[in-house]
Amino acid sequence: MPVERLEGVQTGRSGGQSEEEVKRGLLLTRLDRAVSWARKQSMWPVTFGLACCAIEMMATGAADYDLSRWGMELFRASPRQADLMIVAGRVSQKMAPVLRTVYDQMPEPKWVISMGVCASSGGMFTNYAIVQGVDTIVPVDIYVPGCPPKPEMLMYGILRLHEKVRTEGRVR
Amino acid sequence: MIAAELAERVRATSPDVVVGRGQAMLTVERDDLLEVLARLRDDPELRLDFLSSVTATDRPGNDPRFRVVYELYSGEHRHRLRVKVGVTEEDPRVPSVTRLFPTADWHERETYDFYGIVFDGHPNLRRILLPDDWEGFPLRKTEELGGVNTRYHGAFIPPVDRRTS
Amino acid sequence: MSDLGARASAEPTADSTAELRQETMIINMGPQHPSTHGVLRLLLELDGETVVSCAPIVGYLHTGIEKNVEYRTWQQGVAFVTRADYLSPFFNELAYCLAAEKLLGIEAPPRAQLLRVLFCEMNRIASHLVWLATSGMELGAISMMLYGFRERETILDIFEAATGLRMNHAYIRIGGVVMDLPDGATGRIGDFLETMSGRIDEYERLLTKNPIWIQRNAGVGVLPADDALAFGVTGPSLRASGVARDVRRDEPYAGYEAFEFDVVTRDDADCFARYAVRIEEMRQSLRIVEQCLERLREPGPVMVEDPKVGWPARLEVGPDGIGNAPSYITHIMEESMEALIHHFKMVTEGISVPAGEVYVPVESPRGELGFYVVADGSNRPSKVKIRDPSFVNLQAVPEMVQGGLVADTIAVIASIDPVMGGVDR
Repeated sequence: MPVERLEGVQTGRSGGQSEEEVKRGLLLTRLDRAVSWARKQSMWPVTFGLACCAIEMMATGAADYDLSRWGMELFRASPRQADLMIVAGRVSQKMAPVLRTVYDQMPEPKWVISMGVCASSGGMFTNYAIVQGVDTIVPVDIYVPGCPPKPEMLMYGILRLHEKVRTEGRVR
Repeated sequence: MIAAELAERVRATSPDVVVGRGQAMLTVERDDLLEVLARLRDDPELRLDFLSSVTATDRPGNDPRFRVVYELYSGEHRHRLRVKVGVTEEDPRVPSVTRLFPTADWHERETYDFYGIVFDGHPNLRRILLPDDWEGFPLRKTEELGGVNTRYHGAFIPPVDRRTS
Repeated sequence: MSDLGARASAEPTADSTAELRQETMIINMGPQHPSTHGVLRLLLELDGETVVSCAPIVGYLHTGIEKNVEYRTWQQGVAFVTRADYLSPFFNELAYCLAAEKLLGIEAPPRAQLLRVLFCEMNRIASHLVWLATSGMELGAISMMLYGFRERETILDIFEAATGLRMNHAYIRIGGVVMDLPDGATGRIGDFLETMSGRIDEYERLLTKNPIWIQRNAGVGVLPADDALAFGVTGPSLRASGVARDVRRDEPYAGYEAFEFDVVTRDDADCFARYAVRIEEMRQSLRIVEQCLERLREPGPVMVEDPKVGWPARLEVGPDGIGNAPSYITHIMEESMEALIHHFKMVTEGISVPAGEVYVPVESPRGELGFYVVADGSNRPSKVKIRDPSFVNLQAVPEMVQGGLVADTIAVIASIDPVMGGVDR
């Protein structure tokens, strides 16, 4: 049974890996695939907009670049009800413990998108005040570069995350 | 009033006034600060009753090392004046002007946070922008910019090429 | 049993419950909150639903911009300061460049000044739209979020066509602006002007006479003029208290003295007055943009001619964003060695600004945005202090929310329109 691939969306796997994937595809149960599909279909982000990227994130959720197409227009204020944290903006040293607390409060399964260069690596602010990459605090699944990334770039990052979740396989 | 006239008027009572780039600057001693600011505020020709900002500059080789800078504005006459007070490194204290200008509250806290200048008489002199337990005063010229080797709460972030995640 | 009955039927009187209501509760409206306009933390002391006192705690977005700029050249500083108050990037750039130009003793060419005014006023409209969108959403008018961002997209499209970026443009540079308007931009701005005033009428139809909006905003967060001036409040919040203070009118810069516009004030000093002031300011900004378009018919240079100061390259929006125009690349690579060396020096070493200090205020959408810049003769700024209006306006919040309900706190903060990037820098 061939592994289903979406046209045009590269999944970044090499030849040897797709062999394994085919085998895994044979082993994936219907339930796993259904659960993965459900997880990616309505992933709810927690409101974690910090700086300029937050405005672009809001623009992505607004009418022109509608996130509602993928079931994600509902940004949950409470981390307990969310499963995606889009770290949108520069994370200062004072904010770092808050970030970790909010991440810990999210129930499994959870994913993190690091939006913008400031969240991914500290951006242009290599100084005392900014955490040089949120991957030093929380595990990140997708990095979206840009300063700030255009809404289309964020959407592409979200779609890559959806693809990653969909093909993840094991139900945790 | 344009800057030159303003400088003349101020020079009558406080002589250390210069005009540079079209802006008037007055330097006063630390002990005279409150009196001079009150006088500038109450003089009917000057009416400098709005404090725009309080900050400090740092020249490590200079004596005095720090200068606390007050930007004053008059809504009535629409002119500005900058007042500077020299502060040494050994005794970085300045009287707080919150009694005259309540807006100086957060400005003085920020100046304390960045430069370590203590404002006597401030109701609540704590750090405002940096975490409460931060060590050091980052905007001093003797402090580094920081970056990848920042230590905070014992966490050590290695430089980019040696990170594993 | 009868005893229980007696106790159960006793009415809770003020005396009997007095012991229960002794303590106030301290609630944290934390940095991660959907309605605090960014990472603002409020410590609220509550007696039931009434706010007894409030302490704002800021610093959760402190970026160290002021320190970082001291380690970069003068031109690189533009890219840093533009991200301080990220909803009004043009204003940050404008104030910084005006300060540097004052120190250098130069003035940008007239067409550059017109472009600066044009983009700043469009940025003012965009910023007020974000304020309207988020305030509406926080107070329950969720559709405002979509309407506000819809108009903002039109403005951001124009920004993207002209500067290559939707936000944080680094378009206004020392000596002028980085490139002229592209073809068709004036047409697009003209179309935008036509539709925008109709849209503002639409927002007013939705909100201004809406009884819910009025109940949530009128009489809430009253800030009398004397208190506002004592706290250093500037901008629409001050003008809603009746004080007609506007830096564009009082200390004109970048050619504002030649434009006709009204300084909008209201007397009620509550949240509704601040809303009304901002709506009317959007209309005044449209007037200024219209006047700009008229005067932009004349062509002219957009960067100073002085080779020691002006940005050397001629830029163009190419397939991957803004970049050197192919004609310019041909010029420096093939035609003129001096131009290549000059370009190299200007980009790596930068300009040298003679020693001195200036304070330049501009009227940002939130109030008086002032830049205190100190130069020491080298190619790096010695000090850049950003006097941000939101930082100062937030000091007035405890005064305004005292005695009100928790829900009013949201309305008050929304009406002050703080942008935490400017507060924390």
